[in-house]
Amino acid sequence: MVEAYQRRSALAHFGLNALASQKADGAGITLGESAHRAIINIRGDAKDPAFTAAVKNATGCDLPAAANTVATAGDVRILWLGPDEWWVVGTDARRAGLIDGLRSAFAGQHTNVTDVSESRTVITMTGPAARDVLARGISLDLHPRAFGPGQCAQTSLSRTNVLLHQTDNAPSYEIYVLKSFADYLWRWIGLIAEDFGMAVKAE
Amino acid sequence: MFVINCPYCGPRDEHEFGYGHEAHIARPTLEQQGTMSDAEWANYLFLRTNTKGVHFERWVHTKGCRRWFNVARHTVTHEILKVYKMGEPKPDISAENLPR
Repeated sequence: MVEAYQRRSALAHFGLNALASQKADGAGITLGESAHRAIINIRGDAKDPAFTAAVKNATGCDLPAAANTVATAGDVRILWLGPDEWWVVGTDARRAGLIDGLRSAFAGQHTNVTDVSESRTVITMTGPAARDVLARGISLDLHPRAFGPGQCAQTSLSRTNVLLHQTDNAPSYEIYVLKSFADYLWRWIGLIAEDFGMAVKAE
Repeated sequence: MFVINCPYCGPRDEHEFGYGHEAHIARPTLEQQGTMSDAEWANYLFLRTNTKGVHFERWVHTKGCRRWFNVARHTVTHEILKVYKMGEPKPDISAENLPR
């Protein structure tokens, strides 16, 4: 892990605070970055009650068993990635505690805990045009009857691998993207948003 | 383009998937490997059925859950007749016996 004073978010070079101070009346989307989240990859058998209980114990959050869903408890979220793979997502402050908690709760079990926090950043997108902007680069059906709050999907957005999580009906989305692709994806969204109007949320 | 019904994630666009060629090709056991002829090795390594009709093949959901699974696809119409998980038996589907 890098020293705290050296830490820079993957989108810091855009100067989000300066962009946020610009007037953007009637913007179709508001874009922001939620940097430095704790993202912990866990593997295990969802049918094993000892595993699900250990996850609940360590995080306070239930393990989502249904495909493409997210469970939330307080400031911890668990996102479904595959039939035996999940991300535990929390604030940066909880990172070490969550990892230690999961590792000790899993003692003796055939499981895996990997800290992948530094690999990704999160682009947040909210506003009435969010669905239209995403639709320009995604093959998923984002209509409310097919994809709603509490659902997530790993897919590709304008050729970039992302995890998309819808958080509310505004609609608001969180886009988990590899840090090295974040610059490209931000610029791409900006380009599409020229048709809808875009505001930036301060860091 | 196909829409492939990933057995874990549900229907997704073809570009999210990778193709893994013919399924159900058994690797020779250690015992067989000791006595196999070159022709038998060549058959195992290189020769495929090249079916015109129902073809059983492997796909991987590269951009989604990254899991492998099997697909029964008609190579003329590209119709996907069945999607089934790794380890499940080869379904009884042929060109004369298409599920409708």
